[in-house]
Amino acid sequence: MPSFVNPEKCDGCKALDKTACQFICPNDLMVLNKDTMKAYNQEPEMCWECYNCVKICPTQAIDVRGYADFVPMGASVVPLRSTDSIMWTVKFRNGTLKRFKFPIRTTPEGQAKPSGGWDNAPKLDSPTLFTEPESLGLPAVWTKA
Amino acid sequence: MVDFKTVEVETDLLILGGGMAACGAAVEAAYWAKQHGLKVTLVDKAAVDRSGAVAMGLSAINQYVGLRDGQNTIKDYVDYVRNDLMGVTREDLVANIARHVDSTVHLFEKWGLPIWKDEKGAYVHEGRWQLMINGESYKVIVAEAAKNAIGKENIYERVFIVGPIMDGERCTGAYGFSVRENTFYVFKAKAVVTAMGGAVHVFKPRSSGEGQGRAWYPPWNAGASTFFTLKAGAEMTCQEVRFIPVRFKDAYGPVGAWFLLFKSRATNALGENYMETRKPELENWLPYGHVKPVPANLRNYLMLLDVMAGKGPILMRTEEAIQKIAAGSGDDKAAKKKLKELESEAWEDFLDMTISQAILWAATNTSPEEKPSEIAAAEPYFIGSHSGASGAWVSGPEDLAPAEYFWGYENMSTVRGLFCAGDASGASSHKFSSGSHAEGRIAAKSAIRYIVNEKPKAAALDAARIEALKAETYRPFETFQQFKGATTQPDVNPNFIRPKMFQMRLQKLMDEYAGGVTTQFTTSETLLKRGLELLAFLKEDAAKLGATDLHELMRCWENVHRMYQAEAHVRSIMFREETRWPGYYFRSDKPKMDEANWHCFVNCKLNPTTNEWEMTKKPIVHVFAKPGEHELLGG
Ligand SMILES: Cc1cc2nc3c(=O)[nH]c(=O)nc-3n(C[C@H](O)[C@H](O)[C@H](O)COP(=O)(O)OP(=O)(O)OC[C@H]3O[C@@H](n4cnc5c(N)ncnc54)[C@H](O)[C@@H]3O)c2cc1C
Ligand code: SF4
Ligand code: SF4
Repeated sequence: MPSFVNPEKCDGCKALDKTACQFICPNDLMVLNKDTMKAYNQEPEMCWECYNCVKICPTQAIDVRGYADFVPMGASVVPLRSTDSIMWTVKFRNGTLKRFKFPIRTTPEGQAKPSGGWDNAPKLDSPTLFTEPESLGLPAVWTKA
Repeated sequence: MVDFKTVEVETDLLILGGGMAACGAAVEAAYWAKQHGLKVTLVDKAAVDRSGAVAMGLSAINQYVGLRDGQNTIKDYVDYVRNDLMGVTREDLVANIARHVDSTVHLFEKWGLPIWKDEKGAYVHEGRWQLMINGESYKVIVAEAAKNAIGKENIYERVFIVGPIMDGERCTGAYGFSVRENTFYVFKAKAVVTAMGGAVHVFKPRSSGEGQGRAWYPPWNAGASTFFTLKAGAEMTCQEVRFIPVRFKDAYGPVGAWFLLFKSRATNALGENYMETRKPELENWLPYGHVKPVPANLRNYLMLLDVMAGKGPILMRTEEAIQKIAAGSGDDKAAKKKLKELESEAWEDFLDMTISQAILWAATNTSPEEKPSEIAAAEPYFIGSHSGASGAWVSGPEDLAPAEYFWGYENMSTVRGLFCAGDASGASSHKFSSGSHAEGRIAAKSAIRYIVNEKPKAAALDAARIEALKAETYRPFETFQQFKGATTQPDVNPNFIRPKMFQMRLQKLMDEYAGGVTTQFTTSETLLKRGLELLAFLKEDAAKLGATDLHELMRCWENVHRMYQAEAHVRSIMFREETRWPGYYFRSDKPKMDEANWHCFVNCKLNPTTNEWEMTKKPIVHVFAKPGEHELLGG
C-alpha cells in the first residue's frame, strides 16, 4: 500500500498549524478524517511509496506495506530523518536486520543562499546567467568560436 | 452547488510547476526581477519541498560536464546526446544547457547537497557524466533556494493549473483551481515559464492492483506541460520519442549505479550477455548501431529480443559484480571491508530514490552480494528531460542557434510570451535533474529579457471569459450533482464517467493500439488509426467526466491532460513512417530506419481556431561540423 496510518500513534497533528502528511504528499493522497482526527491514504493504488509522509509525520504513525500485488509480506523499511542525516532500518522477511545511515545535507536547514556567495553582475543581454562565470569556475561562459 | 470564489493574481513572470526546472527558473528570475522591479510568481499543484520527479530524492546527478577541470567539452556532450537519440537532437539547445549545467551543480553544493568526493577532493563519478550524491534531501534543498529567492508569499502551492490564458496569439497567464479550498485562480502575467514535468499513466502500467502507483515515473506528473503548450497553440516536437527505462523488475529500482559504478553485467537466464550475443543486430541500425555507448533504445531492443525468444528472466548479475570488486581490493580483510562499503552503497542507491525496491529486496530475502535480481523494461513514459525527447519546439540561443531555430528569445515556444523548460521543452534530452534546473534558469532569464525589451501588456481578460473558464473547470461537479440520482452505485451511472475508469480506458487503448507492454511496444499504421478512432470517442466523453470532491476534480483534469499527450504521441508515431528507436517502439509495418526520408524532427501543433492537428517535418541542422564516423564512435 502503500502508506498506512497506525491509529494508535496518529494524533491528527492537532498541535501543528497543518496536517503534516496532507501538506507534503506530492500526489494529494493523505487526508485527515475530521471525525476521528486520524489521517488515511485515500488512493493507495496511486501511492509511489516516496515515504515523504512517513518522514514528516511527527508521531511516526505512518508506515509502508509493500504493494500487495507483487511484494511478499513481512518486510519493513523504516526511516528516521534528522536535520542532517537519515537512518534506515531494513527488516527482511526472514528476520535479517540491516541498518544504514546517510548524510542528507551539509548546511543548516533554511540557510540555502540563492547566489551561493557568487555575487557578481552579469548583463541581461548576454548568455551569462546570475552567479556566472564564477559559479562555473571558468573565466567566461563558453560560446562557439 | 458550492460557491467557488475567484482570485485574480497579477504578476510579471509566472512560473508554472515547482520541480527542478521551475526552481531553477525561480532562483534566476528573482535576481533579474529585482534589478528591473518585476514580480515573480510560482504555482505548484503540490508542496514545492517535495514535488516533481525528485520528490523522493535521487542518488546521482546525471548531467555534469566538468568544464572546470577540462574533463569534457561541450561538443562531447552534444555528440553523446545526439548519438543516444539516433541522430535526432537540437544541438543548439543541448549545448546551451551543457555550458550552464556545471554552474547549477556548483550552486547545489553550496546550498547543502552532499556530493561524494574522493581522497583528493574531486567529485566521485558514477559514469562519465554522472556524479554520486547523498540525495535524500535533493529536492528540499533546491526548493529552499528557490523559496529564499522569490519569497514564500509569491508561491502558490496546491493550485492545479488547468490551461493557458491567451491574449490573441500571446500567452498571458494561466488558470486553475485550489485542491484545498473552493477557489478558482486566474494568474495574469506578461510572460509564462511552463515546467510542469512529463507524463505517466498514459499507457497501462504493468501492475494492475496497488502496484499501479509504482510506475518508474511519479504518478503525479500527468501531461500538464503538453496540454498547456498545445492549448496555447504552440508547436511541439519529438512527441513520438517516449522513454522506456529498463530497471529492476516490478519496483523499478535504478540500474545506473550497477552498470556504471559497479560495472555489473546483465544476462539472460542462460547466462548469455545479450549485448554480445545480439551484437550483429546493431548493424541494422547504422550508423547509430556503432556508437559508443550503444544508444539506450538499442540496448533495450537487444534485451527485448532475448525476452521474446523466451530466454528470460533477464538478470542483473549483482553478485558477480560485487564479489569481483571486493576480491580486487586486496587481502581478505580489505575485501570484507570493501564488501560492507559496497553493500551500503547499493542499498543507499535505492533508499535515496526508489525505496520500494529496498522493500522488495527485503521481502524476497535478496542480498545483492549473494544473488542476481531480475530487470525488465517498464512501460512508456513522456520525459523529455531524460532519455525521451518530447516537448515544446523552442527557440535556441542567439549565439548558437542556426536561423531555422532562432526567433528572438531562447526557450520561447512558437507562441510569444510562453517559455518552456525541463520536460516541457523538447529535442534536448539528457538534461536530467541538473540540466533541467539549468534550463529553467536559461528560460527565466530569457523571459525577463522579453519582458524588459518588449514591454508586453499584462492580460486583458473580461469577466465573461473568466466565468466561462471557471464553469468549464468545475463542470465535473455539476455533471455529478445533476445525474447522481440515476443510480444507487455512484461508480456506475449512464450519464457520467469518473476519472478512474476514464484513465483505465485511455490506458487500455494506448496499451493495445499504440505499442504498450501488451504488444511488446509494437504497433502499426492500422493499429494507430483504430486507436485514433477510439481516442475520438474518449475525447467526446471527456465532457461527461464527473467528480465529487476537489481531489477527484484534479484527477479529471489530469486525465484530460494525459489524453492530449496520448493523441500527440499517436499522431507523431503515425506520421513518422519508419522505426528509429526500436527499443522504445517498433512499427511493424515500417520496421526499418529510413535516414534518407526521416532524418528530421516530427513536429505537431493543435490549430487554435480549427482545432485540427498539423504535422510537419523540421530539418536537423548541425551547430558543430557534421559528425564523422570516428565521432559517432564516441571519440
Ligand atoms: C524515477 C526517476 C529517476 C531519475 N533519476 C535521476 C538521477 O538519478 N539523476 C538525475 O539527474 N536525474 C534523474 N531523473 C530525471 C529528473 O528527475 C528530471 O529530469 C527532472 O526532475 C525534470 O525536471 P522538471 O522540472 O521538468 O520536472 P519535475 O521536477 O518533475 O517537476 C514538475 C513540477 O510540475 C508540477 N506540476 C505538474 N502538473 C501540474 C499542474 N497541472 N499544475 C501545477 N503544477 C504541476 C509538479 O508538482 C512538479 O512540481 C530521474 C527521473 C525519474 C522519474
Ligand atoms: S508515500 Fe508518498 S505518495 Fe504515498 S501517501 Fe506518502 S507521500 Fe503520498
Ligand atoms: S502527519 Fe502523522 S500525526 Fe499528523 S495527521 Fe498525518 S499520520 Fe497523523
